[in-house]
Parts: sequence; structure tokens; C-alpha cells
Amino acid sequence: MRGAAPPAVAETASVRRTLIAIALAFVAVSLVLPLVLVLSQGLADGAAAYWAALREPDAIAALKLTLLAAAIAVPANLVFGLSAAWAIAKFEFKGKQLLLTLIDLPFAVSPVISGLIYVLLFGLQGWFGPWLAEHDLKIIFAVPGIVLATIFVTFPFVARELIPVMQEQGTDEEEAAATLGAGGWQTFFRVSLPNVKWALLYGVVLCNARAMGEFGAVSVVSGHIRGLTNTLPLHVEILYNEYNAVAAFAVASLLMGLALVTLVLKTWIESRAQRAAIAPEAAA
Amino acid sequence: MSIVIDNVSKHFVGFRALSNVSLEIPTGGLVALLGPSGCGKTTLLRIVAGLDRQDSGRILFDGDDMTRVHTRERRVGFVFQHYALFRHMTVYDNIAFGLTVRPRRLRPSAAEINAKVCELLSLVQLEGLAQRYPSQLSGGQRQRVALARGLAVNPKVLLLDEPFGALDARVRKELRSWLRQLHDELHVTSIFVTHDQDEALEVADTVVVMNAGRIEQIGSPHEVCAAPATPFVRDFLSDVAPPRVQAPKIVPLPSKAVG
Repeated sequence: MRGAAPPAVAETASVRRTLIAIALAFVAVSLVLPLVLVLSQGLADGAAAYWAALREPDAIAALKLTLLAAAIAVPANLVFGLSAAWAIAKFEFKGKQLLLTLIDLPFAVSPVISGLIYVLLFGLQGWFGPWLAEHDLKIIFAVPGIVLATIFVTFPFVARELIPVMQEQGTDEEEAAATLGAGGWQTFFRVSLPNVKWALLYGVVLCNARAMGEFGAVSVVSGHIRGLTNTLPLHVEILYNEYNAVAAFAVASLLMGLALVTLVLKTWIESRAQRAAIAPEAAA
Repeated sequence: MSIVIDNVSKHFVGFRALSNVSLEIPTGGLVALLGPSGCGKTTLLRIVAGLDRQDSGRILFDGDDMTRVHTRERRVGFVFQHYALFRHMTVYDNIAFGLTVRPRRLRPSAAEINAKVCELLSLVQLEGLAQRYPSQLSGGQRQRVALARGLAVNPKVLLLDEPFGALDARVRKELRSWLRQLHDELHVTSIFVTHDQDEALEVADTVVVMNAGRIEQIGSPHEVCAAPATPFVRDFLSDVAPPRVQAPKIVPLPSKAVG
């Protein structure tokens, strides 16, 4: 594109500058400003108050719970996403379109509603409520409910990344591996998985970011019990509602850090994947 | 190894791909399945390889029924129209793949694998390209890598699906005569699928003309041109120059081979 654009699509310099200025201004106001604000508010009472807010036991408990929920939800969705993408891309079966639509369901449904569904299913008044109470199992207002809600809202990420890549690659290489004597697992680990590794990693990063940041669904099933069922986003909300702005923003800056790490990882994966597509030896 | 295709039928949703096809291929034969697209020739090849399953009928290798034998146990070298090389592996690793996936007790040593890969690289005339990736090769080079990869496992049968279909005319011609020479050196029983009349007549000892899931005629290139058995064969081969009578160095097939 650069420098070689034909005259028909070349804009004048002033138009180009205006467009860039609008885009930059928008990014500054809606993205950069909040980031700066979060940090400056968190540090408003000095570094000592910032660290105190992060070292507080409830904050540490919230961080642990967030990491735990992500540590369960991400591998679960990794396995699910791989199997679903595999089935959809490599086989023909009845109900394929339905499965594709269902995978998108968490994107379509408001997270609050997905949280409510779990309350209606597993809550004390819900379908399985009496049975669960009888067996002394707690799901709603407890860690299992938070994990379930997180799995639900992060369901589509891995599968959605993999399906187009796998569909485009087809089944030729797997068939070739079979004619060469490779078994199912050998084919999977030596042919299929390496072919989708960048898409898979990308999906996992996005899935992880959402798992750690999820608010709506988790908020409904959590019950907001401090130190027990509060995740980081919920902890931020509680602190803010208590007019403890410094602590709220300090904890929020942790989540922001996670988001930035995710962005860097995402950019790195994209560039690696692109290079792999052009000259495979660079990424081998 | 001889191949017998015994009364094989296959239908996909909505159409019959193969109707009671029978064919015998003697050990060391080089047979072309020739026909217009959609005639069932690729389906038949995939059934011989075990990549598709027939609805009825049997496939015999040297008299053994292969119907329930998985592709990976059949020891067929299969060359795909679009190469199907492993895109994240080097040429070297592609060719070595069939040897490295063997169970440990059957796997050759690293040195043996290396020797085999080097031998195949020189056979397909790609010695200098071992460390390249498939995306860095031309179409003709990729197809030769695919062939070397298939040959690495010492297949009893070589199956080629439109092997030159995706190549330009000049490369196609070169590879054609090269394939014929290679077959004369290796004598591995081979079937290749093509819709190109010239290619079938020039390369194969036996041409099987197919149409709409049936075999129209089986014969030497000369026979199918000189004495077409059906109007379809006459029509399908009408715009092709009759082949030169085959050079005597090519051993003629035993007459029972075609029937």
C-alpha cells in the first residue's frame, strides 16, 4: 500500500491527517485516559496506600479466586474448544449448524442472564436446588458457581478462533498421515495441533482475559462474600461502593495490568502467526 | 502386489458414485483411471486406500480382504492432488514422517532413517532442498516431495490422485515421463487417477475408462484408442492423437490382468 497507492484511492494529505487525528483523539479519550486515571487514582494517597490495598487479605483472596476460576475455566474451554472445532471442521454430522449456533450463545446472551440461569438451575429454589441441599453441595454463592459461570461466558473464544483455521486446512494432511501409518494421537500431536497452534494460543489468551475480567455472570452467582466468593472485579465494585476509591483503583490497576499483558501477548502471537504463514522457518 | 477390486459400490447422499465396479491389477502394473470429473475415479482410489469405505464389494491385496483393514495398516503410498504436505515440517521431516511414527520396536535407527531420506531426496532430485518448507517450493517440487514421502514407507501400492492436476502444462509433461521412468525402476503396483486423456495414454500400461460410476472399458492405451468399446469411450478419446505403439522395453501385462 505504502507509497504505491493508485491515484484513484489516494486521499489528499489533509484528509489523511484529519482521519488520523480523529482516530487518535478517540483512542486517547476512551482508552488511554481511563488507564492513566486508574493509575493516578490508585496512587492518589501515595505508594504506601496503593500497596496496602493490594496486600489486604480480602484483595489477595479475590486475586486467588480469580486465578483459580481462570485456571479451571481456561483448560476446560481449551479441551472443549478443540473438540468442538475438530468435530465441526473435520466431520459432517447432523446438528452441526446447531452446535455452531450454540457455541455463539454466550456471546448473544447478556452475562447477567447467564448468571441467573445458573441460579435458577442450582439455587435453593432452582431445579436441582433441593437435591443439592440434601447432599450438602453448594454451587450458588460458592466457588463452583463462579467457575461454572466463568466457563459459560468464555465458552466461545477457543472454538471460534480454531474453527475457521481448521476448516480452511481441511483433512488432507490427516489423511496423508493415516496413509503413512500414523495413529490417531500421533496425527493429532504431530500434524493437527502444530497446524493450529497460533490460533489456539490466541484463543486461549482471549479466553483467559475474559475469564479474569468477567463481572456480570459472576456477580449474580457469587453472593459477594468477602474473602470467600469475591473475584477481583467484584472486589473493585465493593470497594468503590464503600467510597474507598484509592483501594478500588489500586485493585483495578491489577486487572488493568492483566489486560495489558494480554494485549502484548496477543500482538506477539499475531506477528508470530503472520510470520509463520509467510516464511515458516522463522517460527519453527 | 496385486489388487483386486471386486464388485464395489458406493453412494453418497443423492447420487451413486460407483456401481458394481470390478477390476484386477497385476503386481507391478501401472493403471490409469481415466474419466470426466464426477465419474467416481477418485472415490474408487480412496476406497482402495481405505480413506473411504465402500457400501458393498471387496478390495483384495494379494488375495487378502482389506475391507476391515485401516488405512494405516494397508501400506499404501497415497499422493494427493494438492500434495497435502505437512506445512509446518521441513521437506526432510515430511519424508521421514512415515518412518518416525512407527512403534519403537519397528522404527529404523536415526541413521537408517537419514540414509533412507537422503536416498529418496536424490531419487526425486531434490537433494539441496531438505531443509526447505513446503511453502517455499514450486508445485512440481512439492509433488515430488509428496511422492518421496509416500515411497519412504516402502508401500506395496502407490496411489496417485490427479498427481499433476495442479501443475502447469510444461511441468506436467516433464513429471509424466519421469513418473513412467520411476515406475519402471521401482515396479511398485500403481494406480493413478486423471481426467487428462494424453496423460493416461502416455503413462499407463492399462487404461480404465470410467463414466458415471461404471467402467466403460479396460485396455492398453492402444486398444482403447483403436477399438473403443462404447460410444462414450469413442467420444471421450476422439480429440486425442492415437498413442505411439509402446516401446518394447515396457513389459506387456499378462492377458488375464484385464477383465
